[in-house]
Amino acid sequence: MSLTSTATAHVAHPVTLRDVRRTFATPTGPRAVLAGVDLELAAGEIVALVGPSGCGKSTLLRQVSGLDTPDAGDILIDGSPVRGTDPRTAVAFQEPRLLPWRTLTQNVTLGLPAGTSRADGAGRVAELLELVGLTASAGLRPRQVSGGMAQRASLARALARNPGVLLLDEPFGALDALTRLRMQELLLEVHAAEPTTVLLVTHDVEEALYLADRVVLLRTPEGDETSIARVIDVPGTRPRDRADATFAGLRAELLEGLGVPTHHIGPAEQDKHHSI
Amino acid sequence: MSAPPVAGTSTPILDQEGRPHRAFNPFDNGSPRPSSKGPLDRRGTRTVVGLLLPLALLALWQWVTSAGFVAPYQLPSPASVWDAAVDLAERGLLGQYVAISTQRVLIGFAIGSAIGLVLSAVVGLSRLGDALLAPTLGGIRSVPSLAWVPLLILWMGIGEDSKITLIAIGAFFPVYTTVAAALRHVDAHLVEVGRAYGLRGVRLFAGVQLPAVLPSVVSGLRLAMAQSWLFLVAAELIASSMGLGFLLVDSGNNGRVDRIILAIIALALLGKLTDSLIGLAEKYLLKRWA
Repeated sequence: MSLTSTATAHVAHPVTLRDVRRTFATPTGPRAVLAGVDLELAAGEIVALVGPSGCGKSTLLRQVSGLDTPDAGDILIDGSPVRGTDPRTAVAFQEPRLLPWRTLTQNVTLGLPAGTSRADGAGRVAELLELVGLTASAGLRPRQVSGGMAQRASLARALARNPGVLLLDEPFGALDALTRLRMQELLLEVHAAEPTTVLLVTHDVEEALYLADRVVLLRTPEGDETSIARVIDVPGTRPRDRADATFAGLRAELLEGLGVPTHHIGPAEQDKHHSI
Repeated sequence: MSAPPVAGTSTPILDQEGRPHRAFNPFDNGSPRPSSKGPLDRRGTRTVVGLLLPLALLALWQWVTSAGFVAPYQLPSPASVWDAAVDLAERGLLGQYVAISTQRVLIGFAIGSAIGLVLSAVVGLSRLGDALLAPTLGGIRSVPSLAWVPLLILWMGIGEDSKITLIAIGAFFPVYTTVAAALRHVDAHLVEVGRAYGLRGVRLFAGVQLPAVLPSVVSGLRLAMAQSWLFLVAAELIASSMGLGFLLVDSGNNGRVDRIILAIIALALLGKLTDSLIGLAEKYLLKRWA
């Protein structure tokens, strides 16, 4: 599948977050949702953000997208600061958020960068719809398609922007289990074809380990704590074996970090059981 | 002045017949329709059924007058109203009156609803605009239509300007009220998508906010058209030398009940006709929504 025939040259951007802080006013006084976030994303890297609800995963993503502005700290894309909603980034949300009065084609067209010529735009949109398997439904409106199809259209809209940084806010969270697995494969296919930098918010530890190069575990900062509890490098290269036993330990580690008891027996203890 | 729908509340917005306006909720399919179509689903049948009541009233009117239950000077027969229409038409007056009244309504409607659309955008989308303008406009809205007439005549004379201004005031408020209320409640998620994809200001309004409230715009325009005819008669009753409102007041002074009834029937037909035209436009526009 050729993806770049009509697209402009595609560049993945590195992202730098330096000491990012975001505080929200609450009835009981200001509450820090993000504190001291330092993070470097290499160009083309996939980084997953996981953490308990309300720890600021989506807030962090919104800072990078420019939909929200940090109270302190710097966010640099390819060395230059994010100002407003940046044309170098594209967001896909947990809900498809398609405009109900537009067809899928017209919705994907919304994502095209400003100044794209009509002919180039139409070609690019057709390619993307092909990529996400929606060519046959291109003329339908969002209400006429399933949740999974709408979410694929939403992903195509984000890709239409030809983003250097793709920001995904729990994009598969509302889908059924099987569709979610298919969407994960689709994302990896897209990333293999156009290796953009991806920042992915998810609450699914499996998904994080399957898709990401690194998993960032966030926590709600208390006192002088920073938001990042730990960063885990995921071993191996994609596509990964979903049943790979080496991930069991990482998964347990992440779940424990999220405060979920896993009753996991580490390899050392396993040996002890067998030796008897 | 008939009260436009209440703004900024959860009160269902009603259409002219007082039914909750389906078009306000783009996600409302209504109740699931039975798959087998009844005879009332056919267009021709509906038209025939809709004509039954007017025809029955006409027959009753004919019977009451020909049987002598009421004196002709109180209620003339259908035939004599028809004769009055033919008489006025032959002298070129009926066509002139209908033309000038329609022209006033259309110009006043266009001006009033255009200003209504602009101000509803200012009030519905900007908190400053809301705080600054909404209380004053709410106050002006509660002034009865006839209260404007002496002031407008003093300021603008008895020509076309004062009449068209009064009709524009009448058309302004339904559009302003319904569209401003709808714009306040545009899905924030969709607006955020527009922002995320680089839409700002006028482009965000044209690309996301306006299409999102299109059903409200159309029903606001429909109410505005109805109100324009109300205000037309108010304008023409007071100071005019032609038009259907003039025909009403002139015939009242001369005791020509036949012409009064003729003017009322003409207003009913014209109002229904313009409403149907907007209804057609609505059908076409909202097809994209269905």
